[in-house]
Amino acid sequence: MQTPAPTDYVRATSVANAIALLEEHGEESRLLAGGHSLLPMMKLRVARPEMLIDINELDELRGIKIEGDEIVIGAMVTHREVLESPVLAEHYAIFREAEKVIADPLVRNRGTVGGSMCQADPSEDLSAVGSALKGTVVIENSSGRRTVELRDFHEGPYTTKVEAAEILVEVRFPIRPGAGSAYEKVERRVGDWPVCSAGAYVVVSGGVVSDCGIGLTAVGAEHFCAPDAEAFLIGKEPTEENLRAAAQLASDASDPSPDQRGPADYKKHLANELTYRALVRAAAASQGA
Amino acid sequence: MQVTITINGEQVTRDVEPRTLLVHFVREDAGLRGTHWGCDTSNCGACTLWVDGQAVKSCTVLAAQADGHEVTTVEALETADGLDPVQQGFIECHGLQCGFCTPGMMMTARWLLDHNPNPSEEEIREAISGQICRCTGYKNIVEAIQWAAEHPKTSEVNA
Ligand code: FES
Ligand code: FES
Repeated sequence: MQTPAPTDYVRATSVANAIALLEEHGEESRLLAGGHSLLPMMKLRVARPEMLIDINELDELRGIKIEGDEIVIGAMVTHREVLESPVLAEHYAIFREAEKVIADPLVRNRGTVGGSMCQADPSEDLSAVGSALKGTVVIENSSGRRTVELRDFHEGPYTTKVEAAEILVEVRFPIRPGAGSAYEKVERRVGDWPVCSAGAYVVVSGGVVSDCGIGLTAVGAEHFCAPDAEAFLIGKEPTEENLRAAAQLASDASDPSPDQRGPADYKKHLANELTYRALVRAAAASQGA
Repeated sequence: MQVTITINGEQVTRDVEPRTLLVHFVREDAGLRGTHWGCDTSNCGACTLWVDGQAVKSCTVLAAQADGHEVTTVEALETADGLDPVQQGFIECHGLQCGFCTPGMMMTARWLLDHNPNPSEEEIREAISGQICRCTGYKNIVEAIQWAAEHPKTSEVNA
């Protein structure tokens, strides 16, 4: 039987209260969001917080809304809410496509956007989506809020710019009129982490790519993105040849490790092929196909 | 710490360690053994029940997190009107062999049908994709859920 080590538990009553509790209890305290990463880690004793600060009751961290030209997703929005959000579906198909293959429906009912982002698993699908779309996160501490680019958010596997007495409160994505987006994942079985996933948005205007973003996960791409591939595509027609060349550059940006999910060259091949497929569909969607 | 959870409409108050998992609270503290406990690692779905109407894996939720919330377990499926169509479907279609996965499967099935009364086979398979059955090969489970969809609750028919 796996059960977490003894710990204490307190429920935060507001974001400010959660921050105060983090300050009060120090390094050995952890925020408890959906718990679908933290509780398994506690069962394995990989994480041993002495105090859990439950933020599940904080309605101020819920909801998906539009503010100006940005989509704002609260940190405690669940994967299921992302999957079923009409607002997200209208602007970015990539969310629905990625969420459909993240974990399973029961886990999606409980797991949260903020939790996934802060867990920062090197194979996290949402991190690839966030990097592809060049989103930002808003982090709050006792002296206020700051905004960090998702492409500058990860300090390494499982570590982010969120400091000890801080909380990620929302994730923001720019709305790009005319953008098409798509997500591609290869997994060994339903609900598993990806062997490799790739996501992209493309804006085609006047017959050429005017804007694009490419995200990759599970293959060691720095900050889950492929900037050289993006730069290559700008100003070019979305032909098969150009999209293939960009996909090759995306694969070059990856640095996968061999593991039980496959050897490195197979993962590099997937990074190439999945990027290509995502680009093809994103470009077609942008052109209204 | 003291925790009060409304389980199947009844308040259950117990003193528990904060690390107590909801599945253990339900089975040991509330004495409701219908919810099974299998892998412990959010893989098998045997522990599936509802928290505030959402199907979740109760081995990955703390009892403390459910304090003040509503939990629904497999024991609530049967009502004064008789068996839930999902239960009847599992009987009609031989949807179980050893029965270990069955409570979790049925709780997901009822949750699915409450949200989507006419699911396609693909939607049914997607709904139970986080659950493992070592016996049936899933075919009869899918058929049982289809049977339940074709035989809605009397209350739903009247409504
Ligand atoms: S016991 Fe909870 S998923 Fe297996
Ligand atoms: S009937 Fe035996 S595990 Fe499903």
